[in-house]
Amino acid sequence: MTSFDAIVIGGGHNGLVAAATLAKAGRKVLVLEAGSEVGGAARTEEFASGFRVSSIAHLLNRLHPDVVKTLELETHGLQFARADFLPSVALAMDGPALMLHGAYGEVLTGASSSEQSAWKDLRAQLLRYAGILKPFLSRRPPDLAGMSLMETAGLGQTALALKKLGKEDMRDFLRVLLMNVADLLDEQLEDIRLKGLLAFDATLGSHLGPRSPTSLLGLYYRLAGETGGAAGAQVLPQGGMGAVVAAIRAAAEKAGVAIRTSVAVARITVEKGHAVGVALDSGEELRARTVVSAINPATTFLDLVGPREIDTGFVRKMKSIRMKGDAAKLHLALDRPPQFTGADAAAQKGRLVIAPSPDHVERAFNPCKYGEFSPEPVLEITLPSLADPSLAPDGACVLSAVVQYAPYALKEGWVAGKPKFLEAIMAQLEAYAPGIGKSVVHAELLTPADIEMRYRMPGGHWHHGELQADQMLISRPVSGWSGYDTPLEGLFLAGAGSHPGGGVSGAPGLNAARRIIAMKG
Amino acid sequence: MAQATRKKSVAKTADAAVSARIAAQSHFRTLRLGTPFQPRLDALAKTQDWYNWAGYHAPHSLWDEELEYFAIRSQAALFDISPMTKYRIEGPDAEAFLDRVTLRDVTKLRPGRVHYTAWCDDEGFVLDDGTLFRLSPTRFRLCSQERHLPWLLDSAIGFDVIVEEETEAVAGLALQGPTSFAVLRDAGFAGVEKLRVFDLAYFPHDDTSVTISRTGFTGDLGYELFVPADRALSLWDRLMAAGELRGIRAIGYTALNRARLEAGLIVANADFTTAEHAIRADRLRRPDEIGLGFMIDPRKAHFNGRRAILEARAKRRLRHVLVGLEIEGNIPAEHAIVYHRKHQEVGLVSAAMWSPMAKRNIAIASLARPYGDTVVEDLWVEIYAMRELQYQKLMKRATVVARPFIKLDRRTATPPADF
Repeated sequence: MTSFDAIVIGGGHNGLVAAATLAKAGRKVLVLEAGSEVGGAARTEEFASGFRVSSIAHLLNRLHPDVVKTLELETHGLQFARADFLPSVALAMDGPALMLHGAYGEVLTGASSSEQSAWKDLRAQLLRYAGILKPFLSRRPPDLAGMSLMETAGLGQTALALKKLGKEDMRDFLRVLLMNVADLLDEQLEDIRLKGLLAFDATLGSHLGPRSPTSLLGLYYRLAGETGGAAGAQVLPQGGMGAVVAAIRAAAEKAGVAIRTSVAVARITVEKGHAVGVALDSGEELRARTVVSAINPATTFLDLVGPREIDTGFVRKMKSIRMKGDAAKLHLALDRPPQFTGADAAAQKGRLVIAPSPDHVERAFNPCKYGEFSPEPVLEITLPSLADPSLAPDGACVLSAVVQYAPYALKEGWVAGKPKFLEAIMAQLEAYAPGIGKSVVHAELLTPADIEMRYRMPGGHWHHGELQADQMLISRPVSGWSGYDTPLEGLFLAGAGSHPGGGVSGAPGLNAARRIIAMKG
Repeated sequence: MAQATRKKSVAKTADAAVSARIAAQSHFRTLRLGTPFQPRLDALAKTQDWYNWAGYHAPHSLWDEELEYFAIRSQAALFDISPMTKYRIEGPDAEAFLDRVTLRDVTKLRPGRVHYTAWCDDEGFVLDDGTLFRLSPTRFRLCSQERHLPWLLDSAIGFDVIVEEETEAVAGLALQGPTSFAVLRDAGFAGVEKLRVFDLAYFPHDDTSVTISRTGFTGDLGYELFVPADRALSLWDRLMAAGELRGIRAIGYTALNRARLEAGLIVANADFTTAEHAIRADRLRRPDEIGLGFMIDPRKAHFNGRRAILEARAKRRLRHVLVGLEIEGNIPAEHAIVYHRKHQEVGLVSAAMWSPMAKRNIAIASLARPYGDTVVEDLWVEIYAMRELQYQKLMKRATVVARPFIKLDRRTATPPADF
């Protein structure tokens, strides 16, 4: 039997990034994936005969440049030019759409000239402030107990960056840091379509409405991501998200990583406080010096390790991570491309957002607090087959949408609720793209409950834990253990549940691998 | 009219609901609960010197502190331990659960045995110490100073075990002193002579059964008895009647506290601050810092705090040590500061007394390492003796000595002698 230095549990993109990085540093690495293919929630899958779609994540906007560099992903076919940047489109039921072009609205069209200049100022400010947070949202969180020289220097750089803002700007940065996005938008903008779009972006993927305190952080998180060197830029990868994972997989395999799919890990083997390997569902036992878990942190400790091998306080913390998702994913197979009102050909290829105002987003959020779905949901829509015809049969079209709010624990249960929610979504789509209903060949709606089952994401939460102030940075996944190492020697966390969080960034995987290498694990 | 009547009845129902709610909240009207033995204690309480033990009415003394102490050492003393927090822990995983929660190896604790143990949080800081009774292969009783139900319940995640507080349901008595065995035998508890130290067994009493263990907090020959609360008084009366000619006396905590100090035993939140009570970060203590290092078994299965405790040992992060002191002279050094070379503060005495049994001036103290650990020479305590409204400052030499301060053969002799 071949022996491995490191076993990575979970072949999602973070697991593959961690594996590839470790392999490049000379480790013999084995990746174990429970599903039939790698990629986790970042795959391209066929959902109707001839129709393929990016399964959960459908837009790339935060793949970390260090991941691209370390894994040499450009040589594996992952390259993005400025021309690939996708506009964001705030759809309106009547009249032309408002569009943010380039990297998160370098140019704004469809708004008044005074709004354009107000947006220019706000965008510059948001990017400036996101830039301050950026190192925090990419590096390993500072280790409060024993900070290394490097970490101290890193914090010093941030302090310097803050100082460089100037007194007024620094004060404003601190003032708005934990604000809600709606209040900030009201201070600076007029156009409710633009405000609706930004309110949607700030709350996408979290259990927050635009008026919930700290909701602005979500927008910073988005803008801390970059594509092709441009902050806030987004692209639709050719071939779907599966193509991104294929490039990462190719890099991993080239570095010598062995990958086994359809292999479910039953438990992590622990001896005297050390993780020494894993036992598979089949009964097979594998041993390694280092075990890297790139799956959900709570699943890792409560199910695979088990409470018996860890301390009560740690179990408590793991059990209290909030991770009930509110986002559903809709896939439509259409016999022809839909026509969204007010959207020209360029807009149709962009990211189409139905969030007509901050009030609308807030109202969509309200019922979800009480276990009910939004009767008028907000949506982020892409039509990936327009730019990549290989995803749909000739003349047909794929629609991929993230839909909020769909509470994981729906009071009436998703068996009864799902058809009703689909109806509500279709009504909303019909209002913005008249006639779309008649063109539907097949509809697949994945509720958080479906996402949980299919992609092994507890709560169906794509961040593997709410990404809010109390579950970020040094408190992610739990306080005291934010640095990828764990109370068990030889066991590391490398998934989205760890800092900085979810989205196709590869940052948790990369940081975890770097930590393991630094610890000579 | 009909409307008015209906209104009235609605108001009446609301009133009834409110008074029912108020009645259910009346706990605050009794500031200190009585124990199941309260009628007997009240009848004997000549000094009316009460204190609050975990929310219960408990006597500091009943008639005379001094004589109550000597009842422990030369007769039989009856002490009500009902306020002690008691948990029933039962189920197929009870052993594994307790092995994970507590420091000592529970797999080595046989049914019918008791051991003294402690438990820690994730950082290895002591949450409490207490005694663990193995009542059957799958049933335990954990007795402690503080309450721990939320901690125990969260610790039970992943274990097939029931954790239930039984403090109110179970009454407890400590019967301690040289004649305690004879009292039990004369009271008709046949077979009690077979109990060795830390054994427990069940004995019939008043249509139910009483659990008698050969345990105690005095360093003397003695037993602890647990009985359902509604049989508490008949048990008390049975012991008192049988012990009349053996000098049985009810006692309060002051006397017991002296006996426990002679036995070198520590009290949570007196000799160390428990982790959940400590407000200041430097008051937290790991087992090695309060003399409980012997409980740590790195070879047993995982237990709470293991990683932190072993790391603290490996990285030499143990900052304190708990020691027994013998102090020259005969003035008790209660809460005195401990000095090295008479000028450098190195610790504090947490309990002290002139020991009538040891004929020594003894104390328990916490010192900052290396003092008390590798540096044990030239230690002093500063005693402030109040003499007619004036402090007399005494600097007395202190010597680190082994605990217990007294060792009584009768404590362990089986069968016990018939005093």
